[in-house]
This record gives sequence, C-alpha cells and structure tokens, in this order.
Amino acid sequence: MAGILVYALHDDEGNFNKNSLGAISEAAKLAGQIGGEATALVVGDVADDAAAGLGKYGAAKVYRAKNVPEGLAQPIVDAMAKVIGDNGISYALFGGGLLGFEIGAGLTARLGAGVTMEVTAVKVQDGKLVAERPILQDSEIADVGYVSEPGIIIGRLNAFDINETGGTAAVEDVEVELSPWSTKATMVQRGEQRGADVNIEDADILVGGGRGLGAAEGFKLAEELAESMGGAVAATRAVVDAGWYPYAAQIGQTGKTVAPKLYLAAGISGAIQHKVGMQNSENILAINKDPNAPIFEFSDLGVVGDLHKIVPKLTEAIKAKKGG
Amino acid sequence: MKICVLVKEVPDAAVQKRIDPSTMRLDRSGEKNLNPFDTHALEAAMQIKEGGAIPVEEVVAVTMGPDSAVRALHKAVALGADRSVQLTDDALAGSDVCATGYSLAKVLESESPDLVLLGQQSDDGECYTIGAVVADHLQMPSLTQVIKIDVTDGKLRCERQAEYGYDTVEIELPAVISVGDAINEPRYPSLKAIMGAKKKPLDNKGAGDVGIDAGQVGEAGSKTKVLALNPPPAKEAGEIIEDEDTNETVEKIVAWLDERKLI
Ligand SMILES: Cc1cc2nc3c(=O)[nH]c(=O)nc-3n(C[C@H](O)[C@H](O)[C@H](O)COP(=O)(O)OP(=O)(O)OC[C@H]3O[C@@H](n4cnc5c(N)ncnc54)[C@H](O)[C@@H]3O)c2cc1C
Ligand SMILES: Nc1ncnc2c1ncn2[C@@H]1O[C@H](COP(=O)(O)O)[C@@H](O)[C@H]1O
Repeated sequence: MAGILVYALHDDEGNFNKNSLGAISEAAKLAGQIGGEATALVVGDVADDAAAGLGKYGAAKVYRAKNVPEGLAQPIVDAMAKVIGDNGISYALFGGGLLGFEIGAGLTARLGAGVTMEVTAVKVQDGKLVAERPILQDSEIADVGYVSEPGIIIGRLNAFDINETGGTAAVEDVEVELSPWSTKATMVQRGEQRGADVNIEDADILVGGGRGLGAAEGFKLAEELAESMGGAVAATRAVVDAGWYPYAAQIGQTGKTVAPKLYLAAGISGAIQHKVGMQNSENILAINKDPNAPIFEFSDLGVVGDLHKIVPKLTEAIKAKKGG
Repeated sequence: MKICVLVKEVPDAAVQKRIDPSTMRLDRSGEKNLNPFDTHALEAAMQIKEGGAIPVEEVVAVTMGPDSAVRALHKAVALGADRSVQLTDDALAGSDVCATGYSLAKVLESESPDLVLLGQQSDDGECYTIGAVVADHLQMPSLTQVIKIDVTDGKLRCERQAEYGYDTVEIELPAVISVGDAINEPRYPSLKAIMGAKKKPLDNKGAGDVGIDAGQVGEAGSKTKVLALNPPPAKEAGEIIEDEDTNETVEKIVAWLDERKLI
C-alpha cells in the first residue's frame, strides 16, 4: 500500500507544530491520488485525544511511540524506520523545520532511501510522488523523482497549507527499540528563550535588522526607524545567535513567520531560511550595500547603499512627514 | 582523540552569487574555493585542540571530490589540519545525498575518528543533511547547527537553535557534529601555513580502497533522479535605487512608502 508517513513534531506543552499539520494535510491529499493512506507518527507522552485529533488534518492513523523522547532526531529515526518497515510505507514527509532535516537525513542512511529537501511542492506523476525543489538561490526548480521506495521528502518552511478535512484518527501504540547510538545524546534543556520577549507577529510594519547593522548597538537605528513608522523590530538568526537581539524577534526557518504590510530589511542578505519567514509580506523594501544580495531578488523596492547613511535620514524624513 | 573535518570544494561565493543578466540565472563557472561553512568546522576543531579540555592528537581534513578538490584540502591544512584525505573515483560522480553520505561514511570508517565535524551546509548544494546521513552509517550520535561546544568529562555539551528556541544537548563520543556559522570567527591562515600546506601528508583513496560498494554510488547508484529543471514562476521585478545622493534616495523611499499608504 502506497502510504505516506508524516512525523508530527510537538513542543513541551504538547502543541503540534503548524508545519507538521500542513505536512499531514499535504500527505492526505497526495495519498488520495496515489491510492494510499496518510498516517502520522508522534513520540513521547501524547494524550489519546491529541493523537486522534490529527485525523482532523487528514491522518487516517496515528502511530504513537511513547518510549521515544521528543526533540532529538536519532530516536525518532528508529521509530520512523520501524513504522515504515512494518507497514510497507512508500514515502516519509516532513514539514519545514530543523528536526525534519535531521530525521529525514538519518532515515536516508538507515533505509538507503532517496531524499529531497527544501521542497516547495509535491506532485503525482505516473502514480509516484515527484518533489519540486528550488536550487541555486531559487533560480531554478528541479523536479526530483525517486528511483526506489521509500522516498523521503523534507518540505520547506510553510510549503504545505493546513486543511481540516478529516475526522478522528485511529491511534496505534508502537514499541520501538532504540539503537545504541540513539541514546548517546541527551537533552539537557529544550527550547530556551534568549533575550526579551517581544511581539512582532501583530505589527503591520516590521523593520528587520541583519548583520549589516554591524553590532548590537546598530539595532538602535532599526528601532528608531520602526518607531517613526509605529512598527516593531525583527531580526535574522545571524544576529540572534550573536546575541545582538532577542530570539523572540527572529524571522525564518527556526524563528517566526510574519506577513506584515511592510517589511523593511536593513543589512539582511536574504538567505532562504530568512526569506521563508517573511516572503509573504505585502511590501518588501530592502537596504543593502551589496547589489548582488539575494534579498533584491524578492524585494519590491531595493535600495543599494550604506544603511548607516540612509536609515538615520530616512527616520528623520518620516518623522518630519508625519509631523507636518 | 582524533578529529576528522569534512570539507568540500565549492564555486567561490563571489562567483556563485553573480546572476547572469541575460539568462537571469546563477553563474557557477570560474573560481573554486573551500566551502566557507567548513572553515567554521575547522576552526571548531582547532579550538578543541588548543582548548586542552581533551588531548587531540590529530585533525584530519577529509573530502570527496574530483582532482581539483585537492585545493580545498590545501586550504584546510593551511587553517590547521595536520593532514588530509581525498576520496576520488570516477564511480562517485553524480552521487546524490544518500550515495555521498554513504561514501563519506566509508572513508571516515577507515580513519576511526572520535569526532567528525562538518559545516552547516555546502554553499553550492545546500542540503543541510550530510552530517546526519554520515552519523547514522557510522552509528554515532549527532547534532546539526551547533553554535557552542564545550568538552567536559570526555563528553560534548552542545547548544543549538531548533524550532522552539535554544536546546542544550549532551553527547557522548564518538560523535558527528555539524556546526552553525555563528559558532566562531575562523582564523586567517598564516603565510607560512599556506606555503607549508602542500608538504603535509595527503592520502588519495579510491572507492575500492575504503570498501565502497560501487552499486550504491554515482549517478547509477543514487536513489533520486532529477527529472526536469524549470524556471520558477515569473515574478514582477522590483524597483532598484542606487544610492548616489542620499537625500534624494530618502525622498524616493518616502514617496514609495507614501504611495502605498505605509506612513
Ligand atoms: C537550518 C538553518 C536554519 C536557519 N534558520 C534561520 C532563521 O530562522 N532565520 C534567519 O534569519 N536565518 C536562518 N538561518 C541562517 C541563514 O542561512 C543566514 O545565515 C542568515 O539569515 C544571515 O543573516 P544576515 O542576513 O543578518 O547576515 P548576512 O548573510 O551576513 O548578511 C548581511 C548583509 O548585510 C549587508 N551589509 C553589510 N554592511 C552593510 C551596510 N553598511 N549597509 C547596508 N548593507 C550592509 C551585506 O551586504 C549582507 O548582504 C538558518 C540557517 C540554517 C542552515
Ligand atoms: N563531497 C563532500 N566532501 C566532504 N564533505 C562534504 C561533501 N559534501 C558535503 N560535505 C560536508 O557536509 C556539510 C553539509 O553539506 P550539505 O549537506 O551538502 O549542505 C558540508 O559543510 C561539508 O562539511
């Protein structure tokens, strides 16, 4: 049976990841076309009704591996490999996110299976799945097919829409034997928030700051500009990892997804992992001194220049305009 | 302990970023370089070696690639690796992630490292996956995107950002760790190190030397197949302003914002 298995990630409070739910909906749609079922795997202490609730997004059945801890990839590779093997599943599908990359890659090795990552769409050709993967900074899209089963598909962040089509899924507990190397990494602390808790999701106007701001102090420029427009400040992972700005303000693959009326990117290169978190903004304005920066490929207005010269004057001009 | 660092030769970033205006595609010809993400892995290896929390006998740079990839190894050695290993074989050409990970695991097996370090991504392929593939073949614990490594009691304490914030994970050795680019500022090689790089030992290995099953590698052994290449959906090109007179630039930006009722 040509089934598709989705790994459904959850946080420590038991909330399922939005991208996992999107992947279940996508799997349900595709499974219908290839004559199979969409199923999901959850690990850890997930309650019966929470697991069964994944049926709402299209999962016919949910496998639950209670003895497998959530949050680290390798024990979940053990669980996925077992469920795929026991049930003759044809494809594994992951929503966007870091863990999906690690689990998918581990499964590739374990099952000798083909893998495609950063997938933005999946289609059916001759009863088989074909993954669309943008390459070379999204300048080409490769259609990738699988030579043998199973095939592994790792989605790009926000690639798959959530659809509430189904009802309640059957829940089946599975006992997974962990590989010796899967137990050699242990989570000491999960999901630590670093820096202040800021709200960027409700802002209509966001000024995004990147490494081009030069230093933590550079964020003052971004803050003043945001303030002049009544907006908030967001950041790239590069500056969050460097400790210049709080994690709660991070946009992108391992941060937040936003779609404000205006996203003004200051000193941001526009890496794919950042782009996926803000590309649906209504208007994108980028200031970057490098004319070849990828951000200019997807901005509505691109300004090639030094933000340290432009931003302070822009802040003044906006203040003057508003005041006058 | 012995640290192996996986390094790759990629098109130079300056070249790679260029878009050919006539085709609107990336131009990938020209200069090649050591994958910049791998210099962070090399630097991490050097810092563990110099940190002294655990004695490091050797740092070995390992690559799989065509003859020209030897230059990436020279750079790796100039950055501090003690020697290098190159896996080259015509049979490997066209390998996908599954086949590449398997091949790299095989060549690593012949070195029996206590720690394998990788970069977060290759600048050309951008798969973010080789580390986890290699780890499962080697049956070692692994973590990707690591931005802090502390060695304590012979174990690694690693930090990385995942979907819900920062995770701290303790890992036993031997292990496979892919480092994020925020982990360190790679050093510049000294002139002396660059000059001496070609004198450091370099092992050349073929697929058969490390027990690679030829049926599992190369284009024929790969498990994925590119069926077609298509252009992305056409998108209206944005407006571009070159900042020559900043006051004028600012006026244009304000007008643009005003037109869209954003201020
Ligand atoms: C698995 C994974 C997950 C990731 N998740 C995320 C994520 O969630 N969010 C995220 O943002 N990134 C993420 N990244 C990192 C991402 O790939 C990039 O490294 C990061 O977005 C780069 O941040 P940046 O644009 O601030 O820095 P850089 O790429 O260094 O860009 C800085 C830019 O500033 C410009 N600049 C410099 N000085 C000036 C000046 N004076 N005036 C104007 N411009 C200037 C430069 O030209 C350059 O384009 C992830 C990566 C991986 C592999
Ligand atoms: N052919 C190769 N030879 C050696 N190391 C490689 C090769 N391909 C990938 N790597 C390593 O794997 C990391 C991640 O690459 P990727 O998964 O292709 O994005 C790189 O930073 C390298 O450390």
